[in-house]
Amino acid sequence: MTLHFKFWFRFASPQAFYALAGRLWPGLAVLATLLGLWGLWLGLCVAPTDFQQGQAYRIIFVHVPASWMSMVIYMAMAFWALLGLTFNTRLSGMMTQALAPTGALFAFLSLWTGALWGKPMWGAWWVWDARLTSELILFFLYLGFIGLTAAIDDPRRADKAGGLLALVGAINVPIIYFSVRWWNTLHQGASVSMTQGSSMAQTMLTAMLLMALSFWFYAIAVALYRVRTLILVRERNTHWVGELLKTEELSQ
Amino acid sequence: MNPYWAVLRRDLALALRRKNEVLTAVFFFVVVASLFPLGIGPEMGTLRLIAPGILWVGALLASMLALGRLFAADHQDGSLEQMVLSSASLPGLVAVKILAHWLLSGLPLVLLAPVLALQFDLSAEAIGVLMATLLLGTPLLSLIGSVGAALTLGVRGADVLLSLLVLPLYIPALVFGAGAVQAQTAGLGASAHLSILLAMLLVAALFTPWACAVALRIALE
Repeated sequence: MTLHFKFWFRFASPQAFYALAGRLWPGLAVLATLLGLWGLWLGLCVAPTDFQQGQAYRIIFVHVPASWMSMVIYMAMAFWALLGLTFNTRLSGMMTQALAPTGALFAFLSLWTGALWGKPMWGAWWVWDARLTSELILFFLYLGFIGLTAAIDDPRRADKAGGLLALVGAINVPIIYFSVRWWNTLHQGASVSMTQGSSMAQTMLTAMLLMALSFWFYAIAVALYRVRTLILVRERNTHWVGELLKTEELSQ
Repeated sequence: MNPYWAVLRRDLALALRRKNEVLTAVFFFVVVASLFPLGIGPEMGTLRLIAPGILWVGALLASMLALGRLFAADHQDGSLEQMVLSSASLPGLVAVKILAHWLLSGLPLVLLAPVLALQFDLSAEAIGVLMATLLLGTPLLSLIGSVGAALTLGVRGADVLLSLLVLPLYIPALVFGAGAVQAQTAGLGASAHLSILLAMLLVAALFTPWACAVALRIALE
């Protein structure tokens, strides 16, 4: 038990995590690129044309994984926020802040690709449907988080205030979703569900899952890269960062 | 003297000596609600249709405008720190402050809403439901908003930031509040909406003072 905790808490120190993140992110980025290229090739070139929607449906290979990621990243932020507020670890706040821009990007991407898909399918760029509206609100929540953390100068206070906001948001997301479902009309039913099995062709499913994996790895790689920068900025006055910068200058 | 009672009386007394702050938010509500017919046109059928949404959004913005005052003055003169340090429970004190804030900025909106609803030609029943939703909804808005107010305490550009944080969280209250009036005018009855609003209010009353106290401690560290 104690050994277990020791192993995990070793990486709660920014110095140890800086090295770990530095080892992990390049591999993850390569993996994300390869999987993304494979998924796009399957989705755009191999997968059959849809009977009803023609070629336009192919945007789901970006749209659906982006929507998933926008939700997953908010959950991840809430997780780090909870960890940060309970254990008072410095790294948790940095992780929450490192994840937020990527989450906002995916939420925006999901809205944008959804609009591109909606125009030919529904004849409208935007409809006030439950899922679209919740995604928009999720995007606002990301912006609120980024705005709050950016407005507070003291990094420790920014971490804690942002963490509390992320938790309050995470509790509210399901309430918002169910209240917004009141006028759920135009959106098509979920294409992939855990219980009923998929209603898609096998290649489409493979391509979508590849894209989802690629986005996962991309998000983790970018968050790790960003957290490295955050660590360096926050720990700039410590001994180990000074040593690190010296060795990097020497190697150049 | 009971500290909770003292805080309530102090907040009310302070606000009544500076009446213009309270009145500004109330008149903001009146002006916003009166602008919409000018922008949309005097067609009574349309106005009746959009009235619940407009009055609710107006109330929501007015109550948000008043949020900045909730802790700012106490933060400046140091009495907020005394509250944090005092032996009385901070969530309790925060709850009392929110109550005082609602009495000053939420209750006037509830009482004014029927007058504005007349401008939109709402039926007497619909006006009754509108008042009931506002009576349940405005304290909910004050409770949710208090967390945002505590988080943005003493931060650069706090007012604009506060609206960005708080408005998305107001959406459930808006959906069920305006929805209740619409359901009533459509002949469906508003009891389901009102029950959900009450449920949200009770949950918020239980948790937000506590979350707000945590946020205040973070802000004052």
